[in-house]
Amino acid sequence: MTDAMPAGERKPLAPPVDETGIIGWGRKNLFSSWGNGITTIVLIVGVVWILNWFLEWALFTANFTASTGSECRGGGACWALIREKFRYIFFGSFPYEQHWRPLFAVITMLAMLVLSADRRMWNWRLIVIWGVGSFVTFLLMFGQIHIPLSLILFVALVGGGIGLALRSALATPSERMAYYALIGIGAVGLVLRILGILPKWSIAIAPLSYVETSLWGGLPVTLILATYGLAFAFPYGILLALGRRSNLPLIKGLCVGFIELIRGVPLISLLIMASVMLPLFLPSGTTIDKFLRAQVAVILFAGAYIAEVIRGGLQSLPKGQFEAADAMGLNYAQKTLLIILPQALRVVIPPLINTFIGFFKDTSLVLIIGIFDFLNTANQALVDPNWAGFPGEVYLFAAFVYFIFCYSMSRYSKYLEVELNKGTRR
Amino acid sequence: MRNRIVAVAAGLAAAFLGFAGTAHAGKDLDAVKSRGTLNCGVGIGTAGFMLADSQGKWKGLSVDVCRAVSAAIFGDAEKVRYVPLTSQQRFTAVQSSEVDIVMGNATYTLTRDTALGLDFTGVYYYDGQGFLVPKKLGVKNAKELNGATVCVAPGTTTELNLADYFRANKMTFKPVVIEKVDEIRSAFFSGRCDVYTTDASSLAATRAANVPPPQTFDDYMILPDIISKEPLGPVVRHGDNQFADIVRWALYAMIEAEEYGITSKNVDEMLKSDNPAIKRILGVTPGMGKALGVDEKWVYNIVKQVGNYGESFDRNVGMGSPLKIPRGQNALWTQGGLQYAPPIR
Repeated sequence: MTDAMPAGERKPLAPPVDETGIIGWGRKNLFSSWGNGITTIVLIVGVVWILNWFLEWALFTANFTASTGSECRGGGACWALIREKFRYIFFGSFPYEQHWRPLFAVITMLAMLVLSADRRMWNWRLIVIWGVGSFVTFLLMFGQIHIPLSLILFVALVGGGIGLALRSALATPSERMAYYALIGIGAVGLVLRILGILPKWSIAIAPLSYVETSLWGGLPVTLILATYGLAFAFPYGILLALGRRSNLPLIKGLCVGFIELIRGVPLISLLIMASVMLPLFLPSGTTIDKFLRAQVAVILFAGAYIAEVIRGGLQSLPKGQFEAADAMGLNYAQKTLLIILPQALRVVIPPLINTFIGFFKDTSLVLIIGIFDFLNTANQALVDPNWAGFPGEVYLFAAFVYFIFCYSMSRYSKYLEVELNKGTRR
Repeated sequence: MRNRIVAVAAGLAAAFLGFAGTAHAGKDLDAVKSRGTLNCGVGIGTAGFMLADSQGKWKGLSVDVCRAVSAAIFGDAEKVRYVPLTSQQRFTAVQSSEVDIVMGNATYTLTRDTALGLDFTGVYYYDGQGFLVPKKLGVKNAKELNGATVCVAPGTTTELNLADYFRANKMTFKPVVIEKVDEIRSAFFSGRCDVYTTDASSLAATRAANVPPPQTFDDYMILPDIISKEPLGPVVRHGDNQFADIVRWALYAMIEAEEYGITSKNVDEMLKSDNPAIKRILGVTPGMGKALGVDEKWVYNIVKQVGNYGESFDRNVGMGSPLKIPRGQNALWTQGGLQYAPPIR
């Protein structure tokens, strides 16, 4: 009797072998037609050929141990050059025995960036992370930090002002008093300091030997220029973008004028102005640190670009959002910070990160004013006549390091987009 | 109209430069002494002249002149703060007191020495524009280069000198103008041009270090013709003659030491020499240091810590270095060269 088995006990047949697994996937995706099959084979052969050539050069015939460039010649890649020069490429002319300082400065900055990438930190913790992180970074790099009285007074003034602006509606009377006190102390102190009644006094923290900025080089320079350039340019760009949409003609005019002026000139010309023309205008004997000048130029420049990106986000918001915020009785600061910016910034994450990545790489333009960032120390390693003639290796190495940073930023942008758009996804 | 704009711009520039040039009367040496370091502007890496080594320390022939000045003023050749400068920045940096001396491999010319408010205090290297050719080209001197394809960097005096030279000799050439040095070199070595022209020192460096295998050093030659004068000197600003004197005589001391055979190795024995000139130079017979306003042991310190001119030349660009540049015009006057120091007496 060949009774059919009850339906529930019938085992489903496995699909044919050539429809599953690697073979199935390959048939479906690589060899679905004659044309695709041929293309696949040609590409595989091409990739294997290039990979073979590259590995032969970069690995099998490469020289890792030579002690001079001439020993390296004739074979594959000369990685011995990187071995010899990597400390210079990473840290430039920073005193050799003290290279642990820029190393830990870089680690501190990376930790700071990674921590502040986490959304759970986006509150008062962010200020603590950046305050402590920046202090440690610059203490390691400079070795000694002098905090002048006028800076403390200035921070008190600005801190009080910001607190008052943001929390005016929510603050208790005693909190409000504290803000007024900060502003008062800061303003009166600064006036007295400028008049010369308060002495020139500073807190000195000096655990290490002093290393000036002309000795800085390599990765810390790139990271500092990019990190602080963008960290300052971001709020500055937001202010510019808001100013450009302001109803007050003076503020609007200033912001438009600034943005258009900065966007109208290349970064190189701004850097050259800062390094060649500025010293001629200053009274003789006063010099502003070259590194600081470059940093300010980067901030101004990045600010103008970021402002335009953010303006795009602001314009994408429907008018109803502004009106609703007004109807709720929120003041300008509350409206902007609680309603407008969170939505506007979310829209512009991809172009914003795009700008960030661009500026991270643009920092290498500081070569033209004699600052040795990472790419430029790599360039300098090429000039050494003992090791001349291996530009490929050095640039490949530099490209690899840049890629790590830029790719991390781009992945972070992806994460942020998903994370911040949870509310709008179904 | 255009001319008027140029004139106005030149006037403005002159006003600035004049301002910068006169604003620092006599205070430079005091500033250096009270600061305790010499601010020395150096160019962005040039092999043999100024380059940070693998440990980030600046080395080279130009750097050694700064070290000599530091040795003369402080008795210590290492009290130098190096400030890297591009060729656009170098003169502004010294005008605006950002640095005390510039060792930017700057060519000594009349306009730079006068209108820019600067002083060149001597010549540490006599350079000049030359031609590098492959030997298989079969050319023995530059007059045979008619119709050649020439690799040259754009917008420099090099390009102008080249055009002038060929025009003056009624010859033609095809320029291949490339901005980056690495790219010029690879274009030349791959045969895109017959001739590569730039300063002879740089040609020597290229020939020493950049010839790609399987070709070798000996497949190339630098033609004997030098078509321009490029004397490279230390630059200080107008206004402090004593400081300029020290910079001038620090270099002369290196040259003078070579002439009298005083080296970093034998300088201690030379202290016991009976030769009155050597006694004066090394401060055994006092007076020279006082006249210059530095320690009597100034030449001793320079030679002991930096070496004489010949030692520095050999170590950085000469036969003891990968560049292997022959002394040529930079030999002492006693050996047919141009390096001639006025007597220290």
